[in-house]
Amino acid sequence: MRDRVVEILLLASGLVAVFTTLAIVGVLLFESGGFFEHVTLKEFFTDTMWTPLFADAHYGIMPLVAGTLTTTVVALVVAVPLGTTIAIYLSEFAPHNVRETVKPILELLGAVPTVVYGYFALTMVTPLLQYFMPELPGFNMLSAGLVIGLMIVPYISSVSEDAMRAVPRYMREGSYAMGATRLQTALRVVVPGAFSGLAAAFILGISRAVGETMVVAIAAGMQPNLTFDPREPAATITAYIVQVSLGDLAHGSIGYQSIFAAGLVLMAITLMFNVIGFGLTRKFREAY
Amino acid sequence: MSAVSSAAMLEAEKLRGGLSRRKLLDKAFVVIGLSIMLGCLAILAVLFIDLVRDGAPRFGWDFLTNFASRRATSAGILAAWVGTSLIMLVTAVCAVPIGVMAAIYLEEYAPKNWFTAIVEINVTNLAGVPSIVYGLLALGLLVHQFDLGQSILAAGLTLALLILPIVIVATRESIRSVPNAIREAAYGLGATRWEVTKDHVLPYSTGGILTGMILGLSRAIGETAPIITIGALSFIAFLPDSPIKSEFPFVSFQWLHDPFTAMPIQMFNWVSRPDQAFQANAAAAGAILLCMTLAMNGVAIFIRYRFRKKINW
Repeated sequence: MRDRVVEILLLASGLVAVFTTLAIVGVLLFESGGFFEHVTLKEFFTDTMWTPLFADAHYGIMPLVAGTLTTTVVALVVAVPLGTTIAIYLSEFAPHNVRETVKPILELLGAVPTVVYGYFALTMVTPLLQYFMPELPGFNMLSAGLVIGLMIVPYISSVSEDAMRAVPRYMREGSYAMGATRLQTALRVVVPGAFSGLAAAFILGISRAVGETMVVAIAAGMQPNLTFDPREPAATITAYIVQVSLGDLAHGSIGYQSIFAAGLVLMAITLMFNVIGFGLTRKFREAY
Repeated sequence: MSAVSSAAMLEAEKLRGGLSRRKLLDKAFVVIGLSIMLGCLAILAVLFIDLVRDGAPRFGWDFLTNFASRRATSAGILAAWVGTSLIMLVTAVCAVPIGVMAAIYLEEYAPKNWFTAIVEINVTNLAGVPSIVYGLLALGLLVHQFDLGQSILAAGLTLALLILPIVIVATRESIRSVPNAIREAAYGLGATRWEVTKDHVLPYSTGGILTGMILGLSRAIGETAPIITIGALSFIAFLPDSPIKSEFPFVSFQWLHDPFTAMPIQMFNWVSRPDQAFQANAAAAGAILLCMTLAMNGVAIFIRYRFRKKINW
């Protein structure tokens, strides 16, 4: 009898996760439903201006999407090569004790509060970049993207390294026996063998970069700007949500509903990358 | 004859040349990998030193005991650190039991069927949901539907949902590492499933559970976006209602419903001011926040190390 009660309690806890997902989808759909009563889907996707709070209101999400994609691309250009190199080094070259010491310390990079990274981007990285590019504005997507890239290096390196270490030892030994060096083995045997894990790591990095909020809110400015030039200031989807939340908007107003519509687009982008990642992982999975 | 041997010589020569080039590349990669790794670690150090240096003029007792102020030099983080502590309390009280129980269910009880698969996929997906979306969830559901308002309770619950997947995943890993022989021995002596879990599986996985809990809280303590979304105020010149009262019943939960500010919110507020003097405040608050996060992570690493060393199956 008591076992039965306990089991039901445990099951209820497990269901909290399911309800959270349902609640997220429900709230986003419900609140943005009100938004799409005012704004047609055509306007939402084709208008090139996003000014829901102005008297002359425009509701085109594209400027925010452009900002999000630009910072994400900059972040990935930094994080993918760095993260993968570190992962290859740790998994194939580093002695055991170096790996065991460095990995937790590296993971601290991912534990730093994002608002601190925002401060870093605004007060250190931007002035540093301005030294090389004097015409760079004080708020720009480049410095925000670079810092996000740095932030997601440990996610990518950690997951990739786990994937590479799962490649069985005999495959490496086969490669060494043919006279390959460690680098050749790493690049031609281990990396292809761990490709599905690497894809998962990159997708994790992309999800983090797309959803990253504070760094862009602090360092990239909050003006929606339809551009793919990282040297310009722009708002991302997340930065817009923060900007609106900082003000005091009436519950149920179109401005209030617009952040849920923005959130819905953010979820859609994240979901899209995850589906691509799932497909890649399935396609390239190697069973040992 | 001599033509053949000279051709073979040439071939060997080429091979040897290729080999030394490949070995050189191999060594070069070691240097590159090592320097990139050290570079990343150096950036972490620079970040920390920079914060401490910029914030140095503000460190002091006053900074901890003053409320926010219009004047940068007399502004402090009293409301912020009290708010953060109370939010963390709510988060821990909600997320840890639910997370651990969900993990026990998935590892020890759940039958292998489509329903369990759905719960598992859910947990994985929740870990990938951007944190600001949790803020939107809380704004729509907790703040307005459940009418919790912009309170400590709403913030604590939001962050609890946010770290739930972290706690679940860590607990599951830890429970999974308990060998089956231990469970079977207990079953063999007639223990029920709950007795096996409570008396054997849980005690052995305490280290992993604690690690997951601390890592989850260290993530929650630095989260800014979701609590901005539910409407944390950045200028608060009073403390929440005291949880301990002088008259009966001595404890009060009124503080759960009070408005709040938190460390990362306070820092964000100072960073986004154009006035340079406030940047020092931001740096000082950031240094303290970073210290808290790093200390929590340090404790988590230590616990993991200790428990791993102590247990020999």
